[in-house]
Amino acid sequence: MRAGRQGAEQPGDPGAPPDASTIDAIRIRRVELAISLVLRIGVTLSVAVIASGLVLMFAHHGEYATWTGHFSYHRLTSPGSRFPHTFSELNTSLGRGDGEGLVVLGLLLLIATPVLRVAVSVLSFVYERDRAMTLVTLFVLAVLVGSFFLGGGSS
Amino acid sequence: MTPLTFVITLGLISVLAGVLGSLVGLGGGIVVVPVLTLLYHVDIRLAIGASIVSVIATSSGAAAVYVRDRMTNLRAGMFLEIATTVGAVSGAFLTTALPARALFIVFAVVLGYSAFATFRKRHSAALLTTSDDRLANYFNLHGSYYDQVEGRTIDYKVTGTKLGLALMYVAGLVSALLGVGSGALKVPAMDLAMHLPMKVSTATSNFMIGVTAAASAGVYFARGQIDPIIAAPVAAGVLAGSMIGSRVLGRVTSGTIRLLFVVVLVVICVEMLQRGALG
Repeated sequence: MRAGRQGAEQPGDPGAPPDASTIDAIRIRRVELAISLVLRIGVTLSVAVIASGLVLMFAHHGEYATWTGHFSYHRLTSPGSRFPHTFSELNTSLGRGDGEGLVVLGLLLLIATPVLRVAVSVLSFVYERDRAMTLVTLFVLAVLVGSFFLGGGSS
Repeated sequence: MTPLTFVITLGLISVLAGVLGSLVGLGGGIVVVPVLTLLYHVDIRLAIGASIVSVIATSSGAAAVYVRDRMTNLRAGMFLEIATTVGAVSGAFLTTALPARALFIVFAVVLGYSAFATFRKRHSAALLTTSDDRLANYFNLHGSYYDQVEGRTIDYKVTGTKLGLALMYVAGLVSALLGVGSGALKVPAMDLAMHLPMKVSTATSNFMIGVTAAASAGVYFARGQIDPIIAAPVAAGVLAGSMIGSRVLGRVTSGTIRLLFVVVLVVICVEMLQRGALG
């Protein structure tokens, strides 16, 4: 198992029955591709949601394109803005079909992507039958999830 | 400036931040924070919130490519995340207890030294062929990558894992305390202490900074420091930039990346000194 990475560069003779290290190499490659795919889906989805939210927002509010002055965008960031700040506001905003809600949803998807990547890594190392690395990633995931509760609790 | 032009110009500048951030493994905050505060007069707290989003965007966007192309040392990255996440969480507890201005000065000195050490190593960047580091051997953190410029697969061994872990803990701590700079310590930790190739160091740093940033993003979001109208164009622009940057890294030499990294480090060092001195 631990020969792993280097072995992956030399796939075995296709005629011969695959030996243990070739199977490991294939598994490791699959894991790499899976993690890469999770990241790609995460970023593509979030950028698509954020961009459509922005387009929708400006389409609904033609006046946003005419406000002028150095601090004009501050009107959008004030606490009274239409951007949702809690999950229930997000729900209502999305229900109304507001672009603002989509923007926030896209940002949350983006923030969730690395967490999802670590979660997929845990499964990947289980699949690689690498107990040491499984424990390592499980620990990272636990700290990460814990930090979200810490953030929610402290404010 | 109308809100529309604000969003469009910020998005375009963020593309540049994404390209640079994905090349040097720092995540674009170095461009985003000064641009927001100096050019758009955004409050520093909101600028740091946007920088956290930009770090996550660069990291995920570039790592999608780096992991597929095997530039990232996946195992070393995951292993070192133990230290960065624990550092980030302990930093969240210390935020109010420590004087930020003194921290900026200390951090600036550390970065200045890292820049010097990284620059000095430019002629002696030989990779290890054996390693007696027990942790690195046990977890098999060694690796190899295909270097497009040299046209061959490069094998390397990892050493100094304990020192690397300690530096990564500090990197996580600093990023939670100051909201910036986790990559600026991660790259030297891997390049100088653990002897990873320079390009692998920046790619692996890129892979890791997203997780460190995500560990504090929850806190920032709850505090209202992530402002959607600022973060949205930054996220979109930086993602686009990181896609471009991650395709460039393979085609340039490790030496070029090293020099680029040193320049960026010096710039951050000056920025930190300024914040520490002027508050």
